[in-house]
Amino acid sequence: MINIGVLALQGAVREHVKALQAPDVNVVVVKKSEQLDQIDGLVFPGGESTTMRRLINKYGFYEPLKHFAEKGKPVFGTCAGAILMAKELVGHKEPHIAVMDITVERNAFGRQRESFETLLKVKGIGEDVEGIFIRAPIIRQAGEGVDVLAEYDGEIVAARQGPFLACSYHPELTDDFRMHQYFVKMVRESMEVPA
Amino acid sequence: MEKRTGTDLVKRGMAEMQKGGVIMDVVNAEQAKIAEEAGAVAVMALERVPSDIRAAGGVARMADPTIVEDVQNAVSIPVMAKARIGHIVEARLLEAMGVDYIDESEVLTPADEVYHLNKRDFTVPFVCGARDLGEAARRIGEGASMIRTKGEPGTGNIVEAVRHMRMMQSQIKKVIGMSEDELMTEAKNIGAPFNILLEIKETGKFPVVNFAAGGVATPADAALMMQLGADGVFVGSGIFKSDNPEKFARAIVEATTHYEDYKLIAELSKDLGTAMKGIEISTLEKKDRMQDRGW
Repeated sequence: MINIGVLALQGAVREHVKALQAPDVNVVVVKKSEQLDQIDGLVFPGGESTTMRRLINKYGFYEPLKHFAEKGKPVFGTCAGAILMAKELVGHKEPHIAVMDITVERNAFGRQRESFETLLKVKGIGEDVEGIFIRAPIIRQAGEGVDVLAEYDGEIVAARQGPFLACSYHPELTDDFRMHQYFVKMVRESMEVPA
Repeated sequence: MEKRTGTDLVKRGMAEMQKGGVIMDVVNAEQAKIAEEAGAVAVMALERVPSDIRAAGGVARMADPTIVEDVQNAVSIPVMAKARIGHIVEARLLEAMGVDYIDESEVLTPADEVYHLNKRDFTVPFVCGARDLGEAARRIGEGASMIRTKGEPGTGNIVEAVRHMRMMQSQIKKVIGMSEDELMTEAKNIGAPFNILLEIKETGKFPVVNFAAGGVATPADAALMMQLGADGVFVGSGIFKSDNPEKFARAIVEATTHYEDYKLIAELSKDLGTAMKGIEISTLEKKDRMQDRGW
């Protein structure tokens, strides 16, 4: 059995819990930092990154989250989640949890009226992945060792760096769970590393 | 690949991202910054908070576009704004200004007493108030992407929001438990579009995000609404009409996240200063009840 957590401070938590369901997966709704000790992988859901960050600080999640990632445990961030993971944020001095060598720009497509859906070609996942972009960020730069998984209109919208997976769009809002299955596989593989 | 804007998924999805959060009424850039700093997931830009609208009387309209723009420039979280019920042009103006969500709101004086907006026509998503499932389903039928209770705005009294949330939740459960051949009669009885009830029955859930609004004044009020099944909370007058807006705003955000952690909410509620002054609903005259605006 593998235990995968969804950070439940704010945002679309329920959808990720549903998308992660698998016979050998136990999904944990993470509201307290102690719960990080019980899980093998973690999802940062979509929501408002400023709100999540404030609650991360307030409830002592900051160090435990950094530690969790430093141990090489897999993390998957969608939209606001990708913002939390980036080491650089366009227009901001300080990043958030800063675990992935990507530069992310918030609300990069514009306001809500510019939000859209489209089909994406995602490396290792499929050529017809539904991409729901809501006030979405763009990955402006990907550092060395970052594998670009998907682009839209010449901009990076999904990437992986070792145990870290980030995307600008919201696979959790669709019934297409391939991105989540891909992440579950990442978690499973991370646990197979011989001691 | 083809790019589609303003689809149901995109409009409803935007509200999904607000779940577990607090949306705060603000009347200027400074308040908007306080709200963002406190952890609000969005702000509602308006000219006056509901309790001041109540006190001022007269006709309440869409906010001056300058206020909306100031707020948009001040924060990076989504900005919502209110249009009068049925006021097509106010809604179009807000859409043109790039507001992220429009509240077709009973807090403002209705522009049309018969027809609500055809919200399907717009790219921008809408939130609408409702007192029961029939009203919520009618608004969804017109294209609303998010629902909130009406409550009784600007009173600081939670009783009406509780009534509306309990009513909706019990009606939703009833519909889910019904057999399909009972649905048309239920649709007729509560004045709901049949297809919305069918969707609720088939999926086992309400099709859009459902927030609490109208009377939330304390952290405990916010947590109460979450326990009754709200996906999140709107706070109108409750924050900036309290003694200490920063503290109140932060406490309400935290109580909404940890709505079942009573020790924490007790801690948060200490030394908050005075909450907004409330109004007992039975002392309101019928003409002053905002929730009876719209149908």
